[in-house]
Amino acid sequence: MLQLDNLALTQDGFTLSLSAVVDRAARVAVLGPSGSGKSTLLSLIAGFLQPDLGRILWDGADITEAVVAARPMSILFQDGNLFPHLSVFDNVALGLRPDLRLSPDQRDRVAQSLNDVGLGEMGDRRPATLSGGQQARVGLARLLLRDRPLALLDEPFAALDPGLRAEMLALLKSLSERRGLTLIMACHDLRDAERLCDRLWLLADGKLVLDAPMAGLRDAPDPVLQPWL
Amino acid sequence: MASRARPLSVIHWTGAAMVALVVLCVLVPLGAVMARADWPPSLGPGDWAAIRFTLLQAALSALFSLALAIPVARALARRSFRGRGALVTLMGAPFLLPVIVAVLGLLAVFGRAGWLNDALAGVGLGRIDIYGLQGVVLAHVFLNLPLAVRLILQGWQANPAERMRLATALGFSAREMRRHFEGPLLRAVLPGAGLLIFLICTTSFAVALILGGGPRATTVELAIYQAFRFDFDLGRAALLGLIQVAICVTAGVLAFGAIRRQEVGAGLDRPALPWPGDRAWARLFDAAAIMAAALFLLLPMLAVALKGLPALPSLPPQVWAAALRSIFLALASTMLAVALALPIALLTARLARPGLVEMLAFLTIAVSPLVIGTGLFIVIRSIANPVALALPVTGLVNALVALPFILRALVPAAITAEATQGRLADALGMGGLARLRHAILPRLARPLGFGAGLAAAFSMGDLGVIALFSMPGQGTLPLEMYRLMGAYRTDDAQGAALLLMALTLGLFWLFDRGGRLDAATR
Repeated sequence: MLQLDNLALTQDGFTLSLSAVVDRAARVAVLGPSGSGKSTLLSLIAGFLQPDLGRILWDGADITEAVVAARPMSILFQDGNLFPHLSVFDNVALGLRPDLRLSPDQRDRVAQSLNDVGLGEMGDRRPATLSGGQQARVGLARLLLRDRPLALLDEPFAALDPGLRAEMLALLKSLSERRGLTLIMACHDLRDAERLCDRLWLLADGKLVLDAPMAGLRDAPDPVLQPWL
Repeated sequence: MASRARPLSVIHWTGAAMVALVVLCVLVPLGAVMARADWPPSLGPGDWAAIRFTLLQAALSALFSLALAIPVARALARRSFRGRGALVTLMGAPFLLPVIVAVLGLLAVFGRAGWLNDALAGVGLGRIDIYGLQGVVLAHVFLNLPLAVRLILQGWQANPAERMRLATALGFSAREMRRHFEGPLLRAVLPGAGLLIFLICTTSFAVALILGGGPRATTVELAIYQAFRFDFDLGRAALLGLIQVAICVTAGVLAFGAIRRQEVGAGLDRPALPWPGDRAWARLFDAAAIMAAALFLLLPMLAVALKGLPALPSLPPQVWAAALRSIFLALASTMLAVALALPIALLTARLARPGLVEMLAFLTIAVSPLVIGTGLFIVIRSIANPVALALPVTGLVNALVALPFILRALVPAAITAEATQGRLADALGMGGLARLRHAILPRLARPLGFGAGLAAAFSMGDLGVIALFSMPGQGTLPLEMYRLMGAYRTDDAQGAALLLMALTLGLFWLFDRGGRLDAATR
């Protein structure tokens, strides 16, 4: 379980402050307009930013001061997920060993992860030769390979067309259900959130203004959600 | 596209005429040089020595500039500290500094009676000699280190912030940072940057004139000057000019090819990113690299200011006259450069052909100013007295030299203006001067001011063509300063250097500031 306990950060005149809890294997969508604090929140959880106040707990252990690489999470960005000079295989393998010295067993795991996202035959290719959707799958393969219980997704498929985005979200949903991943995804589109997640956080001006289950959200919508419907 | 269907206007045809004019201004002198060159070519031992020295000093200068730039660029890329932006700006100053001022500053620090030698003597060590190959290379490293740092830093900052964060999340060590970030970056950036600096150093004239000379330290450009000025052997000067063109074309083809493949990143004032695998010794090394580079680049300028200040009030009248001549020449040259560049930039944006700019840049760099000057002398000699036209010819050549730099600044802004305001203006039915004045020019004010500032600074500090043509009493401030140095009037030369530095940086600031003000009010 992830606990954000009275978390607060002020940066360049903007203040993010919230408390929230995410159960194990839950999938949370963080929705909000640009500048509402979605990326800041993910950066705090990932450890790229340090809060001024509050604590971040994972299964009861305080990870507020832990270095990024030691936290129980993987992260997927919208861009910049791949190294252009490395093959698809090596890009995924970085998730296991940054020095790329892989044992035969580790090589098998990388190949399996590529298979899981439908890129089994593309390990030798360079990222530049892949489509946008295929590049997103490579990032996803690495995220799965790292085998961390918490996945942070910072608008990971925003650059893809709606059809491809829906396909990626469906793939991510089935893979995360199979592995029991806890997911937190920042996004702009309520429909994307509904496709993948079972809980919604709505952010506005650095505050959590809605924390509700996705089921039944449209039946009796909260007034703060009206602009998103 | 609608904009393509729109016919070319008067300004675009003017641009085409300006392109033709620039090409003519380069090719006609080149043709004159080819026609006048000794044939069959016969090169003496001195000429071969000049070729060897040109290539050797350019290769060493490029090598040392890059070797020193790598740790400095790395340190600037990964460290945030108070005054970082100001330091990056200040470290770019040698690019604007007149070469002769830079050399005098280096002499004040590294010369026989310089600060370094005084310090070495103070602790009982022998003095170092700055004249010859080592001095030429030192000066070229001083002048090109900022460029090398800039090119490498741009490459570093082209890395998306997300990729750096990803490296942090994946727990990259310093070794993996070198393997996955630094290695690919340096492989992409160094060949182009090295060839560009090599190319710039092959056209070295003023540095070799002051710190080189003699049979063992003469560049081809200096040999052209000597054949021209001392022997008045136009055939040999022209032949050496052709050799210079051959060297520059070869280096230019390689450099432009390598640089075109290189991605140019965002602005250099972007804050440093968190750096995975950071260690205390790395922080110490970075601090040392930044401090050493800052001292190396700023001390000579400080020396010029400190040594020049006492001599400033008592400068001889001919220095002030030369300064006035230089200011007029710089203003005229800048106006000409802008008059050439603006229509060419608008034409380039209209045709969406940035290759045109690269072609012109290549042409004006491959045929060096001294070769153009030699050709113009040969052409003018048949119809008029070239010496009487020294200043107009110098102004023209200075404008040609500045042209690629202004175009580099202008064309991206012109393309953006065409794609945004230009389309809006078309939709509103605006055309001709109204379109130019209200839709396009406001977007160009800032790069135009910057480009004009560069042109003025280059012209102010030029010591090339003017040295070929000019007679005593009609020289510019850099030439007058060189004469004072030659006459061992060191105090006056130092005063003139400070004046030249202040005027050069002042003119750049005025134009650049003017562009910003104009942009801000619109």
